[in-house]
Amino acid sequence: MRVRFWGTRGSIPVALTAADVRDKLAQALVQASGKVFNSYEEAHAYASSELDFNLTHTFGGHTPCVEIEIPGEEYYACDLGSGARPFGVHILAKQARKPATINVFMSHVHWDHIMGFPLFGPAYVSGTKIRIHGCHEVLEHAFRKQHSAPCFPVEWEQLGASIEFVKLEAGKPFVINGMTVTPHLQLHGGDSYGYRFEHEGKVVVYTTDSEHKLEDRAEAEKFAAFFRDADLVIFDAMYALAEAISVKADWGHSSNIVGVELCQMAHAKHLVLFHHEPANNDATLEGLLKEARRFEELTRGDQALKVSAAYDGLEIDL
Amino acid sequence: MNVSSRRFANAVVLRVEGRLDQDTCVAFTTDLMKSVDTAAAEGGAVVLDLSGLEYISSAGLRCFMLASRQAKSQHAKIAVAALQPMVAEIFQISHFNLVFQVFPTVREALGAVSADAAAAFDKG
Repeated sequence: MRVRFWGTRGSIPVALTAADVRDKLAQALVQASGKVFNSYEEAHAYASSELDFNLTHTFGGHTPCVEIEIPGEEYYACDLGSGARPFGVHILAKQARKPATINVFMSHVHWDHIMGFPLFGPAYVSGTKIRIHGCHEVLEHAFRKQHSAPCFPVEWEQLGASIEFVKLEAGKPFVINGMTVTPHLQLHGGDSYGYRFEHEGKVVVYTTDSEHKLEDRAEAEKFAAFFRDADLVIFDAMYALAEAISVKADWGHSSNIVGVELCQMAHAKHLVLFHHEPANNDATLEGLLKEARRFEELTRGDQALKVSAAYDGLEIDL
Repeated sequence: MNVSSRRFANAVVLRVEGRLDQDTCVAFTTDLMKSVDTAAAEGGAVVLDLSGLEYISSAGLRCFMLASRQAKSQHAKIAVAALQPMVAEIFQISHFNLVFQVFPTVREALGAVSADAAAAFDKG
């Protein structure tokens, strides 16, 4: 099982500006002052091992789209945010003109989670099959409405792919090509759903756009059961805790700290911070990651929890 | 978890001992809100003496956030003091140090929130 992150930002896509790139470069040059690199490889090795992640990378900009790869011909993904555009490019390149079958599981239909579909290349290829799974009654309506004037020039009926909408129910496991997928209702404006994917003994939980009410022990235990023993939990960590429970309470999102606590309760193995706040720059996001890792160290029980931050292009093999 | 309170002029010092988490936060919130009400009625302050607090979870931090909001709405002051190193680090990690005034000692906290309370503290 492989998880590939095509879009990791929340709410709206972001991009580095020219000033951001120049600033990263200037900081890297200052840190490398006095060093001599005789080749690109030497410079690359230095950048990879010595410089902070936020100088050498970016957490990226596309809104949510996460691919889950299992053996077989078909594709699987969670959400169709703007990350769906490069995901589509990847599919077209891999398929080499052969139509694909793509299965999508939608957390909800807020704009940042569907905005990539109009530019999802495979949707325009005749013979492609796209199955869009979700628990919302408005699922098909939302996709069709996005593909209509005056918002977009290509009407739904003009798409080449055969597109099917599959209604799922929270708590009811759904089996597709040997993978069991269980939706879980989450607290978010208009509701959202997380998904637990189980395949050949490996478990991935995708849980974004989900607020957690800390005083509600029963709710925490339900989520711990949903995350139980997961190999990977992709978690909405949009804010720092103080922000999540003060000025941004009831905005439908969570924090890095609550992610660590729930994963510890569930004995999950790897937490990936996801749905990054668009106002946060790379240094701030790296700071939130370091804080989550330190909190995990301080509160660790009998099992260590690995903590990472998602970025566009990240691949995790399970 | 144990909670005890002392009065110094118009300030309430609430000493918290043990672990503040999902199991203890509801009862603690009730005590804390009463102290905020008392302090607000006298135009005073609440100082949380955390020298005996061993651990605080996100649910525990939420109690502090609720108290902070209530204090603000009632024009009372609230501060925390004497945090053990682990709790101090959790305050920083969760960015609560940006929400609360944090002081090394109860005396310094009282000095910052009420001159009368600090004087009463010094008298013993």
